[in-house]
Amino acid sequence: MARAIVNVPARAKRGEIVEVKTLAQHPMETGFRRTQTGELIPRDIIRRFTCTYNGTEVYRVDLHPAMSANPLIAFSTIATETGTLAFQWAGDNGYSVTETASIRVE
Amino acid sequence: MSLRTALLFAASLLCAGAGAGEIPPSERRSGYDLMSRETRAIQDDDATNPGMLWVLDGEALWNRKAGAVGRACAACHGDARTSMKGVAARYPAFDAALRRPVNLEERIKLCRSERQKAPPLAFESRDLLALTAYVARQSRGLPIAIVIDERTLPFLDAGREAFHRRQGQLNLACSQCHDDNWGRRLAGSLIPQAHPTGYPLYRLEWQGLGSLERRLRNCLIGIRAEPYAFGAPEFVDLELYLMWRANGMKIETPAVRP
Ligand code: HEC
Ligand code: HEC
Repeated sequence: MARAIVNVPARAKRGEIVEVKTLAQHPMETGFRRTQTGELIPRDIIRRFTCTYNGTEVYRVDLHPAMSANPLIAFSTIATETGTLAFQWAGDNGYSVTETASIRVE
Repeated sequence: MSLRTALLFAASLLCAGAGAGEIPPSERRSGYDLMSRETRAIQDDDATNPGMLWVLDGEALWNRKAGAVGRACAACHGDARTSMKGVAARYPAFDAALRRPVNLEERIKLCRSERQKAPPLAFESRDLLALTAYVARQSRGLPIAIVIDERTLPFLDAGREAFHRRQGQLNLACSQCHDDNWGRRLAGSLIPQAHPTGYPLYRLEWQGLGSLERRLRNCLIGIRAEPYAFGAPEFVDLELYLMWRANGMKIETPAVRP
């Protein structure tokens, strides 16, 4: 199961700064930990998160080991036009999750 | 300082100034009230509360057919928002067949195995935590309402006795920390009053969701007592006492704690 929760205001005024909040379900296994018998637990992390707004990239972040599990990424963007924000998380072991949210700008 | 060393220091400290007794109702505080502003903010907003990831998984499981009977929880219980409202606030509850109180996890396990004829869910498994979080979420904001009768009284008494009994290599009772020294620090941690208002909850230290029994294991290991197995009657007695002790306080599931 790979779930993500995104939160974008449903409507905004043109030019307004809006806050976007995202939460992705992921263990963010660092690759540095060992089991009780000494075997290395392989790394399993989200590598990259991107957000596009009507096709234009507005936010991107690279993630690294030792970031918390189920990372919460919040950022702001400017409400320019009515449309869709598309979110993508990609990482180790073929992890890939997408979500969308729409915003009405008046 | 590790938690272990901190506890050793605390052990000698607590022996000196104990004896404050039970907390009067007007002074009861949820662990929430003792958290930092930032951690409270994570809990307050469903868009940032990581426990919601489990609640959403639980909702999907609620509606999924399972077991030989081929029925989903929803097929018998309908919309959880109405049928499960207030249920978590009165668990652990007496089970007539088992003749003892069962907690919410056990209750759900019973429905899984007896009503759905599905393979049992393990304690602390992702699916059981998700279902429990989803069911308990329907009671968020409602007051804890444990009613004790002659059937449950012996179990409440056993739980109360365990809460006040010194145990483990550090020879500490739950009450010495949670009744007598709440609000003070144990190394970096504030000692809460131990009200089980938010379970299952997301603990930042766990990086995941966990049950009340997992929390109690942490405290038992902290005082170097041997923790009970998940689902042990001793655990449920303690849970019953903790819930009764928190009667009237609001359910916060899924809460967030440090
Ligand atoms: C075939 C019908 C059926 C299915 C399927 C079923 N249950 Fe139940 N459930 C019942 C009945 C009947 C009761 C009443 C108590 C009893 O079992 O004696 C009950 C009781 C409960 C209770 C306690 C309610 C209370 O008021 O104390 C909970 C919680 C619960 N079920 C959760 C679940 C969950 C979660 C699932 C899915 C994993 C599920 N049930 C699947 C029939 C069902
Ligand atoms: C040495 C002191 C100490 C003892 C003894 C102790 N605890 Fe705790 N307990 C703590 C601390 C500290 C925390 C909070 C941990 C944190 O926030 O990192 C805690 C947390 C809890 C919580 C979580 C409360 C919440 O807000 O979710 C519960 C419940 C609890 N303890 C129950 C118990 C029980 C039952 C016992 C006896 C078996 C016990 N504790 C023994 C120190 C103690």
